[in-house]
Amino acid sequence: MKVLVTVKEVAEAADDFEISGTEIEEGYLEYDLNEWDDYAIEEAVQLSEERDDVETVGVTIGPERSEETIRMALAKGLDRAVRVWDDAIARQDLLDVDAKARLLEAIVEQEEPDLILSGVQANDDSFGATGVALARQLGVQWAAVVNRMELTEDDTVANVRRELEGGVEELTEVDMPAVLTIQTGINEPRYASLRGIRQAQSKEIDVQGLEDLELGEDAVEGALDLTRMYEPVSESDAEIFEGDPGETAGELAEVLQEKGVGAQ
Amino acid sequence: MSAVLAVADHRRGELRDVSFELLTAGRELADDLDGELHVAVIGGDVESFADKLDRDGVDVVHTVDEGEEFNHDVYVQAVEALCGEIDATAILAPNSVNGLDYAPAVANGLSIPLVTDAVALEYEDGLEVTREMYGSKVETTVEVDADRFFVTIRSGEWPATEDRGDASLEPFEFDLDESAVGSRVTGFEEVGEGDVDISDADVLVSIGRGIEEEENLEIVEALADALDATLAASRPVVDNGWLPKNRQVGQSGKVVTPEVYIAVGISGAVQHVAGMKGAKTIVAINTDPNAPIFDIADYGIVDDLFEVVPELTEQFS
Ligand SMILES: Cc1cc2nc3c(=O)[nH]c(=O)nc-3n(C[C@H](O)[C@H](O)[C@H](O)COP(=O)(O)OP(=O)(O)OC[C@H]3O[C@@H](n4cnc5c(N)ncnc54)[C@H](O)[C@@H]3O)c2cc1C
Repeated sequence: MKVLVTVKEVAEAADDFEISGTEIEEGYLEYDLNEWDDYAIEEAVQLSEERDDVETVGVTIGPERSEETIRMALAKGLDRAVRVWDDAIARQDLLDVDAKARLLEAIVEQEEPDLILSGVQANDDSFGATGVALARQLGVQWAAVVNRMELTEDDTVANVRRELEGGVEELTEVDMPAVLTIQTGINEPRYASLRGIRQAQSKEIDVQGLEDLELGEDAVEGALDLTRMYEPVSESDAEIFEGDPGETAGELAEVLQEKGVGAQ
Repeated sequence: MSAVLAVADHRRGELRDVSFELLTAGRELADDLDGELHVAVIGGDVESFADKLDRDGVDVVHTVDEGEEFNHDVYVQAVEALCGEIDATAILAPNSVNGLDYAPAVANGLSIPLVTDAVALEYEDGLEVTREMYGSKVETTVEVDADRFFVTIRSGEWPATEDRGDASLEPFEFDLDESAVGSRVTGFEEVGEGDVDISDADVLVSIGRGIEEEENLEIVEALADALDATLAASRPVVDNGWLPKNRQVGQSGKVVTPEVYIAVGISGAVQHVAGMKGAKTIVAINTDPNAPIFDIADYGIVDDLFEVVPELTEQFS
């Protein structure tokens, strides 16, 4: 069986940062593997370790820089990787959900996976929608926010647990092929081993543009425009204690004691 | 006339609170569009749900009597059919776990844009949605260049509509394509019961990813001991298996309302805040002065927890 994992490199903003236009200035950003995708990768790798007929492929939509991240996914054990990018994609300031679904659909048509794993959300834009949109685009089944998955022996059904709000979990059977969006905590993502990292360096990353995917530029033209980005005005009236740790802790202790904390 | 279609959320026989917030957001948008607010409730005891959803500003409640619980295939088909029937300009749903399990599919199926997790909406010549990015560190506005669209709204951002209304109640029937139903809910499980109930505690010391390693938990345990407080945590600490699930505060964990909540090395992501914003006094200790937790804190220390926490423990020993 073949498992496709969608992998995104996400940007994280430094503690202090500056915004120019509708972007955080480059110098204040650090790039990393999306947290939710890390768990999706681990789930795929564990599946390939449990069985001997599983191929795992990572697909990312991202600029050249994101190869560092996709190599991380390879180092953790994915067999191969595809990266989708070209100038027309780069010109979009906000690639909308459907555009991503169309790009990923084209990769799915090439790869014909039996199972697609995706993260619940990306922690930079936190749209939380790509996996489910992709499933619909493909006309296959899906489940969102999955924190346990087991495939039946004949691989026709995925038994999943979906994590709802308030500590309630839903048990659901999903017909395969399917797209599952993976929640953190489903497993324990491994660190890439040195050997894995070395091996990943020599693995090929297949780069494809719109033309390779037989898509026109209109495939990535979305209806969403990012028009403003700003630091939210804090409505906080928090009293911030200043000074060295001894002083701030002392002041906080006074406040807590006034509130009767620790008074026994 | 334009119509806004708001799709209510319910679970195990109860409408979820965010459904009533959705009515407020829906009414505001309908006003901007000079249109009607239609509400759909799909599955469960639709009659009694419809009665509760008949609140001020709602024009029509459509009841779709299909199944007991949420099934995304049923929701997708029902919402698409209803949207066609009333020619909806906008579809609104909660940005809940179930919302995220069908909204992207509906938007994709109808080829309309989707914007998730909205914290504000405005419609003048077109729709403008306010949402957050980078873990709530920035707010953005997104303009939607389309005649029809789907938006999911964040809970807690709009007040709930409380007053009763005089909506017409209309059962909506459509031909469910059973062959397109490819998933089946087989049950529910409650998780996270165990030795302590953090929702009973008066004082919580809650620890987040800032703690870095399991071994470091000692220093917050010492603080909790000294304060006679209960230890709680944000999700990553629980995901890592450093504390059991019944200690997790937040959307998928527990909702807590202690007298004092001390958030140590917790950024204040929306899903965390959902579980603790009702605390009477909130204290945050975090190195990042821009961490969203400070927006809801009453007292804060912008410093390294490894320096501050032992000092604080000392004060109480
Ligand atoms: C569907 C869904 C449900 C979720 N449910 C929950 C939930 O129930 N509960 C929950 O908590 N999360 C939940 N999350 C996850 C949530 O989005 C965040 O990822 C999580 O809350 C982040 O936890 P954190 O604040 O501990 O970590 P981070 O966001 O990584 O923050 C760590 C903080 O520690 C600070 N820090 C680092 N080092 C130090 C130091 N030495 N001293 C002081 N401060 C330091 C940093 O500045 C940062 O602000 C959910 C997510 C999804 C998608």
